[in-house]
Amino acid sequence: MKKITMSVLLISLLAACATDKPVEVASAPVAPVAAPAPVAQVAQAAAPVVTDALDDANSILAKRSAFFDFDKSVVKAEDKPMVQAHGKYLAENTARKVAVEGNTDERGSSEYNLALGNRRAESVKKMLVVSGAKAGQIAIVSFGEEKPKASGHNEAAWSQNRRADISYK
Amino acid sequence: MAVVLPVQATLYIEISGAGEHQIPISIVPFDGEDKLSQKISEVIANDLKRSGLFRLVDPAGKSPHELRDVNYGDWAKVDALTIGSVVVLPDGRVEVKFRLLDTHKQSTLLGQSVVAKGDQVRAIAHRIADMIYEKFTGNVGVFSTRIAYVNRDGKVNRLVVADSDGYGEQSVLTLTEPIMSPSWSPDGSHLAYVTFEQGRAVIYVQSLVTRQRFVLAAFPGSNSAPAWSPDGKQLAIVLTRDGTSSIYLVRPDGSGLKRISFSDAIDTEPSFSPDGRFLLFSSDRGASVQVYRMPVDGGYAERMTFEGNNNFSPRYSPDGNSFVFMHSTRGQFYIATQDFKTKQVQVLTDVGWEKKPSFAPNGKLILFATESLGRGILATVSSDGRVKQKMIPQQGDIREPMWGPFLK
Repeated sequence: MKKITMSVLLISLLAACATDKPVEVASAPVAPVAAPAPVAQVAQAAAPVVTDALDDANSILAKRSAFFDFDKSVVKAEDKPMVQAHGKYLAENTARKVAVEGNTDERGSSEYNLALGNRRAESVKKMLVVSGAKAGQIAIVSFGEEKPKASGHNEAAWSQNRRADISYK
Repeated sequence: MAVVLPVQATLYIEISGAGEHQIPISIVPFDGEDKLSQKISEVIANDLKRSGLFRLVDPAGKSPHELRDVNYGDWAKVDALTIGSVVVLPDGRVEVKFRLLDTHKQSTLLGQSVVAKGDQVRAIAHRIADMIYEKFTGNVGVFSTRIAYVNRDGKVNRLVVADSDGYGEQSVLTLTEPIMSPSWSPDGSHLAYVTFEQGRAVIYVQSLVTRQRFVLAAFPGSNSAPAWSPDGKQLAIVLTRDGTSSIYLVRPDGSGLKRISFSDAIDTEPSFSPDGRFLLFSSDRGASVQVYRMPVDGGYAERMTFEGNNNFSPRYSPDGNSFVFMHSTRGQFYIATQDFKTKQVQVLTDVGWEKKPSFAPNGKLILFATESLGRGILATVSSDGRVKQKMIPQQGDIREPMWGPFLK
C-alpha cells in the first residue's frame, strides 16, 4: 500500500516538473521522493548545477577545434569567436591551463608538416593571448601529420586534419 | 615486370623497367644450396635484376659447379656466368665458393671462397652480387647496405632496420606513439630519430650495436629532423624553442648547441653536403616551400629550386653534384633530382604520391615512400629513372625510409 502511494506521488511530481522545467528533472530526481516539496523549491535547488561554462554543451566553449586552409596557419573568421571565447574564459579562470595541439594533413613532407602544425598552434595561442589569456596558461605542441583524426586520402579527411585543438588540462 | 616471392615472404617485390645496356648473365644454382634456408643463387639473381643493369638468362638445366665442368659453347648467349658451391661445415658455418666467368674470353673474372656463420647466407649472397655488380659497372654495389624506415600498423609504430632488398627486418624500437625521421650515422652504427613518447617531438640517438639509446634534444617545443655531418662529429637538428622552426648544430652527445638559421620562416629538413661545408634545407621564407643552400657556419642562404609549386626534403647525392627532393606540382608529389651545375631538374616518378627520397650510398638508386592499394610501401628508382621497384610489406604502412651508408 505504501509503495503505491510513493509511486503516485512520484508520478505527480514528475508531471508537475515536466510542465515547468523539463531539463532539470534528470539532475534532481531523488530529492522530491525523500521530501515532497513544492515544485518551485526543486527548481531552486537544481539551479547551481551549471557552474562552469566549459561544461555547458550549448556554450561556444564546447567547441575546441579551429580548422585551417591548406598550408595556412591563419585562424579563419568562422573560428575566431570560439578562440576568443576561450581566451576570455582563460582570462577569467587564471588557474586553468590549456595545450594547443597543431595538426596538418598528410600532404607535403612530414618534417615541414611538424613545423606547420607548430605554426598553427602558435597562431591560436596568439589569439588566446590577445583575448586576455596569459601566455603561461598556454602550452603548444605540434603533431604534424602524425596523428590524423580522419584517415582517408581525400579532401574530406584532410580538411578534418588541418586543425588545432584547444585541450584543457 | 618480374615478381619475386620468396619462401619466407615478409615482402612482395615488383620490378619494372630496364637499364639502357643490360648485361646478359646466367647464375647457375650453387651445388649444395638446397640444404640452406636461402638459395644463394636466387638472392644474387634478384639483386642483379633489381639493379636493372643485368638481364638474367635461365641456365636451361645446365648446372656446372666447377670450372672443369663448364662448356663455354653452352653459354654463347650470355656475357657472364656465375657458378659455385656451398658446404655446411661440421661447426655449422657455411663455406661458399664462387666464380664469375667471362664466357666470350673464356676466362675467370672473379673467384673467391667465403666462410661465414650459418645465418649469414643472405649476407654472403649480397656480397657476391656486389662483387659482380662492381666488376661490370665499375660502381660499388649497395646490395650489402641497409635501410631504416618506420612501419606503422594501427597504433603500433616500429623503427625497422632491414637489408636494402627489404629482407632481414629487425625492429629497433616499438612504440604506440609516432616515430619519425630516422637518420644514419655515417659509420652505420647509430640511428638518430624523432618520437612522440614524451608527448611532443623529441630527438633520440640509438646504438644499433648495444641497442642503448639516449635523448639528444628535448627542448621546449618540437625537436626534429636530425641529420649527421659526414664526419659524424655533429648533427643538424630543427628546434622551435626560440619561435619558428630553425636549424641548429649539436654534438652527438647533446653538447655544443648552436643556432645557424635565423629567418622568421620555417627552416627544416637539413642535409649535409658530402664535404661537410654546406647544408641543403627546405624553407617557406619565400611565398612557397623551396630548397635552399647555406654554409654550415651560417650565412647567406641561396634558393636552389624554382620549378613546380613547392619543393621539400632535399638530400645531397653521395658525389655532391646533385640533390634529390620531393617536387610538388598541382597537389601531386614526385621524386626529382637537380644538378647543381646545370640546374636541370629530372622528375623520376609518375604516380604523384612519392615522399622522403634518399640516395643509395653509390648514388645509383633512390629509396622513397609511396602508396600501393592504400598502403604505405617502399620503392626505389634508379637515378636515371629507368628502373623502378616496389617493396610491399605484409603488414602495416611504411613511412620515412632512409638508405644507410656503406659498412666499413
